[in-house]
Formats: sequence, structure tokens, C-alpha cells
Amino acid sequence: MVGSFFRSFNRNKVMLLMVLPGAIWFLFFSYLPLVGTIAAFKQYRFSRHGFWYSLVHSKNVGWANFKFLFSTDAAWSITRNTLLYNIAFIVLGLVFAVALAILLSELANKKLAKLYQTGMFLPYFLSWVIVGYFAFSFLSMDRGLLNHTLEYFGMDRMQWYNDPKVWPYILVLVYLWKSIGYSSVVYLASILGIDRSLYEAAMIDGASKMQQVRNITLPMLKPIIIIMTLLAVGKIFYADFGLFYQVPRDSGTLYSVTNVIDTYVYRGLKTTGEIGMSTAAGLYQSVVGFVLVMVSNYVVRKVDKDSALF
Amino acid sequence: MPNVMKKKRNFHQASPGWNIVFNLIAGIFAFLCVFPFVFVVIISFTEEKTLATDGYRIIPKAWSLDAYQYIFKTGDTLLRSYGVTILVTVIGTVVSLLLISLYAYAVSRRSFAYRRFFSLFAIFTMLFSGGMIPTYIVVTQLLGLKDSIWALILPLALNAFYIMILRTFYITGIPDAIIESGKIDGAGEFRIFSTIVLPLSLPGLATIGLFSTLGYWNDWFNALLYIDDPNKVPLQAMLMRIESSMQFIQQNSANGSISLEVLQSMPQDTARMAMVVLATVPIIFAYPFFQRYFVQGLTVGGVKE
Repeated sequence: MVGSFFRSFNRNKVMLLMVLPGAIWFLFFSYLPLVGTIAAFKQYRFSRHGFWYSLVHSKNVGWANFKFLFSTDAAWSITRNTLLYNIAFIVLGLVFAVALAILLSELANKKLAKLYQTGMFLPYFLSWVIVGYFAFSFLSMDRGLLNHTLEYFGMDRMQWYNDPKVWPYILVLVYLWKSIGYSSVVYLASILGIDRSLYEAAMIDGASKMQQVRNITLPMLKPIIIIMTLLAVGKIFYADFGLFYQVPRDSGTLYSVTNVIDTYVYRGLKTTGEIGMSTAAGLYQSVVGFVLVMVSNYVVRKVDKDSALF
Repeated sequence: MPNVMKKKRNFHQASPGWNIVFNLIAGIFAFLCVFPFVFVVIISFTEEKTLATDGYRIIPKAWSLDAYQYIFKTGDTLLRSYGVTILVTVIGTVVSLLLISLYAYAVSRRSFAYRRFFSLFAIFTMLFSGGMIPTYIVVTQLLGLKDSIWALILPLALNAFYIMILRTFYITGIPDAIIESGKIDGAGEFRIFSTIVLPLSLPGLATIGLFSTLGYWNDWFNALLYIDDPNKVPLQAMLMRIESSMQFIQQNSANGSISLEVLQSMPQDTARMAMVVLATVPIIFAYPFFQRYFVQGLTVGGVKE
């Protein structure tokens, strides 16, 4: 028994050596943090004796962190914000990306289409810090382009960074601006893969362009649409930290509409110092997120086995 | 027979009228995607004084190179941050390509007895993570990487998703027969990997390499968590720091607790926008590569067992 294990180990020695660096990385950056989630059940103190000492010697508090988290308004508001924003992103992102892909596929001049695509791709490559500066050049109270335009039309300046009402729209717009160009490529690729003879037949039968889109393009896109959407649903409990932290410039007056689970956890670590409660919020996110990924992957498997994550 | 001519045109095209409408919509959206960057470039070339009265304008009253001159004269911070970012990006990309390609190759080989275990070992990390704070605790307390350059490199070095992409690439792109023939010729596994597999998988490696280059270049999050030392702040994080210290000054300048001197030593609006431009220019240059390989990476698709 031990001997056969040893033989098999020996035979796979080189391969094991190849996965070793990666496996060590996973151990430190993925699996040990899993152990660290114990902090959610502790009153965590950073001890100078290091990780294990802090983990073992911090006071046990059972479920108190979770109880406290869910007794505050914060738990409700960050969950609501995270979910609502992500739902808006998924629905609008899908509609616009598919529409844009169809539109690009219909353009007569392929060179122009390529040029447009090059432009639309740009925002995807920029960091949220840069995008935050872009937004500021529009939204700045005394210098921004928007207030300048408002004044030009005889309207009052707005205090954009202090007005929570407008931020749901701004964040959705900025998200769409940054992501649609990229995601439309996926749909464009599958539109170009559709058998041309289907359209020829439809045209001979006298189908209009709209009818072709409705009866050929969209049905052919259905599998990829379903899969992309389900994969996004699996991540619905995770927010894009950069969008919600950089673009509103961490403005306190906007927290009611910009605070999501990820920013809440970060502020717990860096600003308020509520390590235990923030770890609890993070664990809550991981657990619900895990369930959602498993469920959506199960559904993807039912729809199209090849597209499932695992 | 004009009718036949008309029938002959590409069936995948709209009528001329719609074509113009579609061109307009796509063109406007493409323009809106690029415009903010152009606008920031314009601001960086604006005369600073006109900003106070006019604000940011698409066509400024007076142009100036002052912002760039200011940066190159007092550019220590920017230069250092550039250095940090380049160092981190280069080392990071090399390290991550090495880790990812070795791991992906091993789990792609059918002769590797533990390939299922190590595949799952990687995939599980995509499904369940400890989260930000436990990771922070491990990196600072266990690995002691606070204020170390490695805190910018290691957290981004590996990613199960890239491993799965590259594994698919190896399985579909490199026939077993080639590897077997290498074995018959007496080459060891590492030799087969470096002389047969790596050259054949260059397109896949390029895709992953560009993903990770972009990830390192644009990273500010790890600096936000782990770096306090001003000498080790990468480009994006430096831009972020300037922004928040400006906000701090603006909030406190009203009650006079900040001296005029501090106020004047901060980079002006135009200079900050010039830094944004300088941080973005390398991406614009690398753009053709990015676009090509990102599309390719997207369509590599199939991440499955």
C-alpha cells in the first residue's frame, strides 16, 4: 500500500514538481485565507506574534459578529445595493451588448466597423483610477464639463459628488460605458458564425431585416446569451470594487447608494477597524456567492454541457 | 438586370438607409468611448490659469505645455512610480507565465496520475474564497509582505481561470503524438516542455501574458491594501493618492489649517491630468496587441474538464 503510493509518486515526480510552485501559491493565497475566515467568529486582534498566534489567541465570540452585522442597517443596504446594481448591469449590459453586436454585424463597410470596435474596446483596458479621473473631468463642481454645460443653458450647477439621487444612474452609465464594447465582441463572434444560407433563405421568402433578427439572429444567439447571463448571475453577490470606490471618489455623502459588500468589507479593514464584523460580511458574501455559482453552473450544465465551468 | 445585381449583395447587410443610421449609432458610441480620454489630454494641454475662470473646456482659450514641463522638472514621484510599475509588471508577468504554464501543462497531461486532484485544487479557488480580510491577514502577518514589492506581485501571480484556459489550449492544440515522439527520442519531461510544448503554445502564452501584463499595469488595489511606503507606490496608486490628498486639502483649506505653501506644492489640475495621460499612453501603444489577443482569448472559450 505504502509501496504502491511511493511508486506512483516516483513515476509522477516531474509532474508534481511542475505543479508545486502553483500549488504552494494556492495554499498561501487561497487555502490559508479560508482558514483565516475563523476570524469571523473572533474578536480579531493583530498580534505581533503573527498569523497563527493572532488566530488562536483572539477571543472567541461565536456568532456575535454575524448577529451584530445583521442587526445593523448596513447588512441590508449593502446587500440591496450589490444585488440591484448587478441586476441592472446584467440586464442592461446584455441588451446593449447584443444590440451593438447585431448593429456592428449589419454594417456595410467592414473597415469602419473595425474602427468603431477599436474605439469601443478602449475603456475596457483602462483602470478604475483613470476612469475616476475621467468622471471627475465631467462631474467636478466648479470645473466639470457637465456643470459648465448646465450653466450655458441657464441652469444651476449641481453638486454631483454630494447628491446620492443621481449616482445609481451615473454608476450604471459608467459601467456600461466601460464594459459593453468588450462584451459585444463575444456576441459578434457568434453572430458571424451563423450560417449565411439561413439569411439567404429568409430573404428569398421576403423576410424584413427585423424579422431576420427576431427569427434567426436572436434564436441562434440564445445559448450563448443564457450561458453568459447565468455565469454573471453566479457572480451577482460580488461587486466591482473599483467602480464603487474610485468613481464616486469615496465620498461619504454617497455611501447610501455606493456602498456595496466589497467596499463595506474594505472600510471595515482600513477605516473603521471592525475586523471581525467585516470578515463576517466577507464570509457571508463567499457562502451565498458559492451557492449561487453552484446553482447557476448546474443550470448551465443542463442547457449546454460544454459551457459549464466544471 | 439590376434586380439580380441587388439580390447579389451581401445578405448580412442592412438597406442603405439603415446602414447610415447604424453607422451613426455605432460611430457615436465609439466616439463617446474615446472622448473622455481625448478630453483629459486636452485639459493637460490647457493653460492652468484659464481653468480657474473657465473650468475644463473642450476648446480651451489658451494652450500650454506647462503641465508636462512641471512633471519632467519635479517628476521624481512620477518617475519612481513608473519604475515601480514597470518592475512589478515585468517580474509579475514572467513569474505568472512560469507558474501558470507549468501548472496548466501538468494538469493537461493524461499521464499525470494526480491531474484530477490538482485541477480541482485550482478550480475550487474560483468557487469559494476566504475574502479580502483573511487574505490581508495572511499576506501581512504570515508572509510579512506589508510594504514589500512582492505584495504587488504575488497576489496577482496566479489565477485558476488562466490555468484552465491554458490547459484547454494544451489539450486541444498539442497532440499527444508529438510529446510521445519526444519521449521516444529520450527527452525528459522538462525538456519536452521547454523545447516542444512552449514553442507550440506561444499564441496561448501571449494571450495569458497580455492579460496579466494589463492586470499588473492597472493594479492599484494591492497597493491600497499593502503599500504605505511612498517609494513603492505604483503608478495607478500614486494617481489615486494625489487625488485623495487634493480632496483633503480642498476640504481643509477653507478653515485655513493648510498653508498656502502646501497648496502650491501640490500638482495643479493640468499636471494631474498630464500624469493620467502619461499613465495611459503605454496602453494606447500596446493597443493593437491587446485587441488582437483579447479577442482571441475570449474565443478560446471552453473551460471544462
